[in-house]
Amino acid sequence: MIEIVSATRCVECDICVKVCPTNVFDATENGAPVIARQEDCQTCFLCEIYCPTDALYVAEFAEGPTGITEAQAEARQLFGSYARALGWKRGKAGGSEFDPTHRIRVAQ
Amino acid sequence: MPKPQRHNSESLRIHADVLVLGGGPSAAWAAVAAAESGAKVVLADKGYLGTSGATAPSNTGTWCVPPGDNRHAVVDRRWQRTGELADQRWMLRCVDTAYQNLLRLSEWGYPFPSEDDGRLYIANLRGPDYMRFMRRRVLMAGVTVLDHHPALELLSDGDAVVGAAGVARQVGHDWRVDAGAVVLATGGCAFRERILGGTGLTGDGYLMAAEAGASLSGMEFTGKYTLAPYGSSLNKGLPFRWASFHREDGSPILGPTGEPLRNGIGDREEELARALIDGPVYARLDQAEPALQGWLRQGQPNCFVTYDRAGIDPFSELFRITLRAEGTVRGTGGIDIVSDDCATGVPGLYVAGDAASREMMTGAVSGGGAVNSSWALASGWWAGKGASTHARRWTGKAFRREARPLGQAGLRPSAFARADIAAAEVIEAVRGEVTPLDGNFFRTGERLEKSAERLESVWRDVRGHLQGEGADRLRSREAASIAASGRWSVAAALHRAESRGMHRRTDLPGRNTALAHRLVITGVDDFRIAGAPGRLAELAS
Ligand SMILES: Cc1cc2nc3c(=O)[nH]c(=O)nc-3n(C[C@H](O)[C@H](O)[C@H](O)COP(=O)(O)OP(=O)(O)OC[C@H]3O[C@@H](n4cnc5c(N)ncnc54)[C@H](O)[C@@H]3O)c2cc1C
Ligand code: SF4
Ligand code: SF4
Repeated sequence: MIEIVSATRCVECDICVKVCPTNVFDATENGAPVIARQEDCQTCFLCEIYCPTDALYVAEFAEGPTGITEAQAEARQLFGSYARALGWKRGKAGGSEFDPTHRIRVAQ
Repeated sequence: MPKPQRHNSESLRIHADVLVLGGGPSAAWAAVAAAESGAKVVLADKGYLGTSGATAPSNTGTWCVPPGDNRHAVVDRRWQRTGELADQRWMLRCVDTAYQNLLRLSEWGYPFPSEDDGRLYIANLRGPDYMRFMRRRVLMAGVTVLDHHPALELLSDGDAVVGAAGVARQVGHDWRVDAGAVVLATGGCAFRERILGGTGLTGDGYLMAAEAGASLSGMEFTGKYTLAPYGSSLNKGLPFRWASFHREDGSPILGPTGEPLRNGIGDREEELARALIDGPVYARLDQAEPALQGWLRQGQPNCFVTYDRAGIDPFSELFRITLRAEGTVRGTGGIDIVSDDCATGVPGLYVAGDAASREMMTGAVSGGGAVNSSWALASGWWAGKGASTHARRWTGKAFRREARPLGQAGLRPSAFARADIAAAEVIEAVRGEVTPLDGNFFRTGERLEKSAERLESVWRDVRGHLQGEGADRLRSREAASIAASGRWSVAAALHRAESRGMHRRTDLPGRNTALAHRLVITGVDDFRIAGAPGRLAELAS
């Protein structure tokens, strides 16, 4: 589930508010968006890759919050790790031309 | 401090030739196809076109069969696995149109990977990239896109569907689009299972279509489950193709031949379902060679995000797994199609993708893993063209006559609203009947009878008393759609007194030749189920 909006990393662009397909976030008057409907999060990790500053963290457990803190996620270099694995950068798409899934399907 | 919501009493009202409901691949292709034939198109999605639906978070293999003599053989081989319910004519036209659209993607510059010989490999579409790319194509085609505008109900002039209405959930006002034709591309029903894309897939299109008079078919085929790390949303089976499986005491889980299981996908889900009913099950991806490990990591990055964040090395360590229920998303049921242009039989109403029944494509077995994404590519195209042709014929007429909203359950209770009937509890009650392995993966007549009774009582409460206010109308409507979908699914499963494909009746293990046809459901409060033998032959002629 979505667990962290890092106020230190966030540039308040509100892209996550717009792109989250389940409408989890609310924009605020003068700061980072807030997680307003965490229970609706479908753990799709997509907000992370659209965020231009890797300010969001979605934990792997889908049934409820794990309680991970920003310091822990930072120490384990987890911010932006999904975007890096895909080849997306600063909220921009990339890397699909290197997807080796066709090799997996042949092996199958 | 949260921004004050712009509670706009003025509702949005637009006229269009074609209104597409949904924001997954089938909606995107329908919108592009309709716009290309000159229609003025509006696309309204519950979420955000680009991230919502089952494809966006995934990595979808398509059923990509190039033209040539081999096509018939490939289609015939696949047909052999469909439990005799699929139709080769539809399968052939689907691979043909899907292939053309894959070529279109490559012409448009979608960044496909290359084979070793340098040729583009067009049979796989990486979800986030594909759907982001489709959003741009939809906008370039001149389509008006309304994100976070879930539809609540269809509008009818008495003869035809002439639009839809809903709520703009981020601004708090209502919307209404009057249209010459509507395409339902609202996806399947995941019964609120926490799977990729699952939250918004609540079967809304099924209920809207049934209220308008359309039929459903294949609703009994909801017995598909996929492996996932325990508690995760990652219902992606592929890595489990190369795994071993163990019980709590470390003993291996055995396959049908008595050998330890080394592949947990396809038919082998059955042994794992049995083991999971008994107790916790653990897996290790220890059958993957080092090169394959690298490809899995790079090709299925969200699976590995999950392992990395949980601090697990899945190739060397055991980790707990579960089977996630997938409702009609990887099942096959949906709105019945009555003609080649994906019409529903209700004038002005068309259907595409997972919102449609995929029985003619994949019969009683799952179309996940290839067929479903090709079906979205093809059916979206046909529905978009069909809707725009209909709209052209109806030009003007649609806007001259009174339009009546058709939504009932969850919006307009037949008795009186009761505050103690809450959407969340309705959904929990339905889940209790349609998601347990012991009851839905393995089925018995006795258990289905009990489920049917309980779901009738849930439906009476929903129909009589469930009502939301303002933006909460979406929640009550979703709960009503989930309840309706569960009720149809269980009723059809009871009716199908045999086992076939993913419909596994342990009390009736064999196939019944008299049931080698589709079951078509018509109606909402009182519905009837009719066998449709010869129906496909009729469609073909
Ligand atoms: C994890 C996973 C992996 C998969 N992998 C494969 C694969 O490898 N190969 C394959 O062939 N298939 C695969 N599938 C299936 C494939 O993703 C679906 O068949 C495909 O997404 C269907 O497209 P669609 O556009 O019909 O529906 P979806 O992509 O599910 O989109 C439905 C849309 O409808 C919208 N919606 C819902 N209700 C409303 C409403 N009331 N008003 C407005 N909009 C609404 C939703 O917001 C969403 O945008 C996979 C599915 C999952 C879950
Ligand atoms: S997308 Fe990232 S930077 Fe933009 S508001 Fe959201 S968290 Fe902040
Ligand atoms: S993980 Fe998906 S559903 Fe959850 S907040 Fe991010 S985008 Fe929204």
